[in-house]
Amino acid sequence: MIVVGVAVAVAVLTAVPVHGHHSGSTLFSEKTSTLKGSVAKWVWSNPHCLLTVDVKGDDGQLVSWLIELQAPNTIYPAGYRINTFKPGDPVTVAVHAVSNGRPYARVVSVTLADGKTLGDGVRADTPAP
Amino acid sequence: MLHRMMTLTAALLSAALLAPAEAVAQDKGAQDKTPATWPSPVPTRGPVAEKDKKPAPKRTINGMWSALRVGNQSGGVQLKPNNGKPENELPYTPYGLQVYRSHKPLEGKDSVDPADNNDPRTKCEPLGFPRYNHYDLGIQVFQDEQKVAMLYNFDNRWRMIWTDGRPLPKVVDGGVEIDGEYREARWMGYSVGRWIDDYTLEVVTVGTMPEDRVWLDNTGRPISDKARITERFRRLDNDTLEWSETIDDPKIYTRPWDTMKLRMTLQDPRIDLMTRYCSPVELDNYNKTFGDAAGAN
Repeated sequence: MIVVGVAVAVAVLTAVPVHGHHSGSTLFSEKTSTLKGSVAKWVWSNPHCLLTVDVKGDDGQLVSWLIELQAPNTIYPAGYRINTFKPGDPVTVAVHAVSNGRPYARVVSVTLADGKTLGDGVRADTPAP
Repeated sequence: MLHRMMTLTAALLSAALLAPAEAVAQDKGAQDKTPATWPSPVPTRGPVAEKDKKPAPKRTINGMWSALRVGNQSGGVQLKPNNGKPENELPYTPYGLQVYRSHKPLEGKDSVDPADNNDPRTKCEPLGFPRYNHYDLGIQVFQDEQKVAMLYNFDNRWRMIWTDGRPLPKVVDGGVEIDGEYREARWMGYSVGRWIDDYTLEVVTVGTMPEDRVWLDNTGRPISDKARITERFRRLDNDTLEWSETIDDPKIYTRPWDTMKLRMTLQDPRIDLMTRYCSPVELDNYNKTFGDAAGAN
């Protein structure tokens, strides 16, 4: 079930290594979707960093997506920093959304306004900073 | 005249002998003036190329070590990921299987939604030994004549491995016995080590916490206070350490089995690692903000 009002492009990646975290539960979908919006909040914290992105749907309504990343010292090698995001920054995020249709997800990759893409810090194919 | 020449010669000779040392001292001084920096706060060095390998020093594993992307072995211990494949099924005793089934982990093939988990880690309980071994976020090792200290990045925990020849404690119910004295079970157990050759340190640990307090890995595999954990640290060359671990826990498993065999690379000794503490407040914030909400049906 897709949340009404969210503009989401669904892309299925083939041969994606199983994410070790939460891998057995049905919490997250294995399909990758893309969210385009602007940063509302960036929390640099254990156990997970959290990125809030406001995404405007076709109906013009804003939906606030909360996206989970790994802990700071896990995503640091992928190029994330405590000041990577500030409110208002445009951002494109590839995610695995939760299966229950709520606007929660875990990150696959983040593309910043300058075009730079950061991975999830865990997968072997995560882009280098 | 002769006296003046001899004096002059002595003076010149002295100057010649002193000059190189002073030049070296000045050189060193110039090098020491280079300002020290803070390198990247995470391990970055990967395996060393064959052509760059240097001989291993004898009887030392001093340094910071990391296998980089191994991380916290979140899918289960490295050699037996908990993915349902037949070759990764563990040799449980009936009681061991019962304990495993009582665990509700966040990871692995039997993982549950965040709100339903009962992993002690999510209450910020100490991981216990050997679960700390499976969290490679950079391991710092210091050693002297009597002991090897291992400093674990996760939650800034450490343990001592005694290499002074003291005996391994005897395991008894609820703890260990040392020279007739009863001692309590400990989160890191009691470790003794010996060099079985100039490049291999073998460590045995007993006296760890019972199965209702600690898990073996993130996927809920159990380990009891009757476990005997054997590690081998093999210095393959100056920059490479092979760290292997075997579990022998007759209460939970019918036979010993190998959990991991990591190839670790020597890291920059100047690294000031990023911290990763388990804070109950931060954990609570996460659960309220994401964990429970995302998993709610």
